[in-house]
Amino acid sequence: MILDLFAYQFMVNAFIAGTIAAVIAAVVGWYVVLRRETFAAHTLALIGFPGAAAAALFGWPVALGYFVVPGLGALAMVAGRGRGEARAGVETATVGTIQALALAIGYLLVTLSHANLSAAQAMLFGSFLGITSTQVVVLTAVGVGILVAMSCIARPLFFASVDADVAEARGVPSRALAAAFLLIVAATVAAVSQITGALLVFALLVIPAATAQRLTARPGRGVAIAVVIAVAVTWAGLATSYVADVPIGFTVTSYAFALFVLVRALSRLAR
Amino acid sequence: MSTPAAIRFRGVAAGWHDHAIWEHVDVEVRPGEFVAVLGPNGVGKSTFVKIVLGLVAPTAGEVRVLDVAPGAANRRIGYVPQRRNFDASVRVRGIDIVRLGLDGDRWGVPLPLPWTRARRREEDARVRRAIETVGASAFAERPIGEISGGEQQRLLIAQALVRDPELLVLDEPLDSLDLPSQAAIAALLGRICAEDGVTVLLVAHNVNPILAYLDRVVYLAHGGAASGTPAEVITAATLSRLYDTPMEVLHTADGHVVVVGQPEAPHGDAHAHLLR
Repeated sequence: MILDLFAYQFMVNAFIAGTIAAVIAAVVGWYVVLRRETFAAHTLALIGFPGAAAAALFGWPVALGYFVVPGLGALAMVAGRGRGEARAGVETATVGTIQALALAIGYLLVTLSHANLSAAQAMLFGSFLGITSTQVVVLTAVGVGILVAMSCIARPLFFASVDADVAEARGVPSRALAAAFLLIVAATVAAVSQITGALLVFALLVIPAATAQRLTARPGRGVAIAVVIAVAVTWAGLATSYVADVPIGFTVTSYAFALFVLVRALSRLAR
Repeated sequence: MSTPAAIRFRGVAAGWHDHAIWEHVDVEVRPGEFVAVLGPNGVGKSTFVKIVLGLVAPTAGEVRVLDVAPGAANRRIGYVPQRRNFDASVRVRGIDIVRLGLDGDRWGVPLPLPWTRARRREEDARVRRAIETVGASAFAERPIGEISGGEQQRLLIAQALVRDPELLVLDEPLDSLDLPSQAAIAALLGRICAEDGVTVLLVAHNVNPILAYLDRVVYLAHGGAASGTPAEVITAATLSRLYDTPMEVLHTADGHVVVVGQPEAPHGDAHAHLLR
């Protein structure tokens, strides 16, 4: 029964792509939660939607739209911060405005391209059916790149995230790291969007990391647990969606959410 | 004058070119001294610290720190900045925060390879030693957001100590701590200075918790600074001259000093400057 899953190439692709997305989302998400940049991450995910819609309209690869627009968005956020508004609080109103515009433009582009409703749904809420072997190759390359970059900056980024003043005094380039990390987040949400859709990126980016931080205060262990959770809920979600024919965005998010609630309840009880 | 000064300011000014927050400051701190930088709110005490660390450039004068230009020797300096409270949502252990003082600026991730085992053991021992020095072993494994302000401050001092610095720089380390914690942290810093020979430079607005341990105070004012032993500097004559306004220094029976008067702070700070 379970082995039936792998009889189809599209399911094999979905499992590979889902696993890659889960791993990078968990690793990057652990830092997103630590740095409290979930709002910025959400915006980068959302502006991928008009990107993907534009790509569909003009006949470019959808992945291109997912990567290019959030990448530009991350650069714009970095440039905005460069003018001295260093802390995230200042930018929330601007970012919120951009989010609204991004969704509106995305909807317009989807309408213009006469794409059917399910295409728009897939962009927003995810799909595991149409993942091509090319997409898997791109995701693998992007995933390896993200993991290499993250392992290079892991400690200085951790330092700058929890203790910016001391890190700066020690010569850690915290501004450059913040910019680099935002670009990494953009690449991550672009990759993950292709599985979960732009709206449900958080299922893999934030929920496993938040759950892991409930379970342990050790950084290394926290990242590892987040990865295990993200991969587990992705596999369970894919299997359920295949068997029961329910949307992948729903299954993955529900499993992740259920685990989060369970861990929260248990840690309350343990106290 | 054989050994070079730990910190030397000659005619230093800070601020902007048309608006100095303080100027004509001369200070010389000898190695192993315990020094407090005092002055009213808004006088630029934190700026003094940032110049020592090379994070802010002075607008005039010459600064030497550990006999090199400021910023060039920051690996030999432990720094505890102002007001860092980790709230309850920070799920990172104290010991991890301490460890960042040792390897937080290193790129890459440490892999558990056999040939790095000796080094990892040595680093673990250093982290443990720093935590023992500040008496934080009992709570170092707990998430830092869940422990008290005094306990957090101990761990932040351990983080600053973990590389065995020659100079320890602390910006208002006693701020927002309860009185017993203030006394305990002051005693800890006094011990680190006396026993380990670490030069301690501490910014404070209340001199009393640290008075017993001080070798030297630097009183900052708009026009300049007064530097010397507490007995020389914390006097009515010196402070009245420095702030150009009548000031009184009262000594209480339990050895505390109270400074009464209203020095003009540059940012319109009209608080009575009371050192209880």
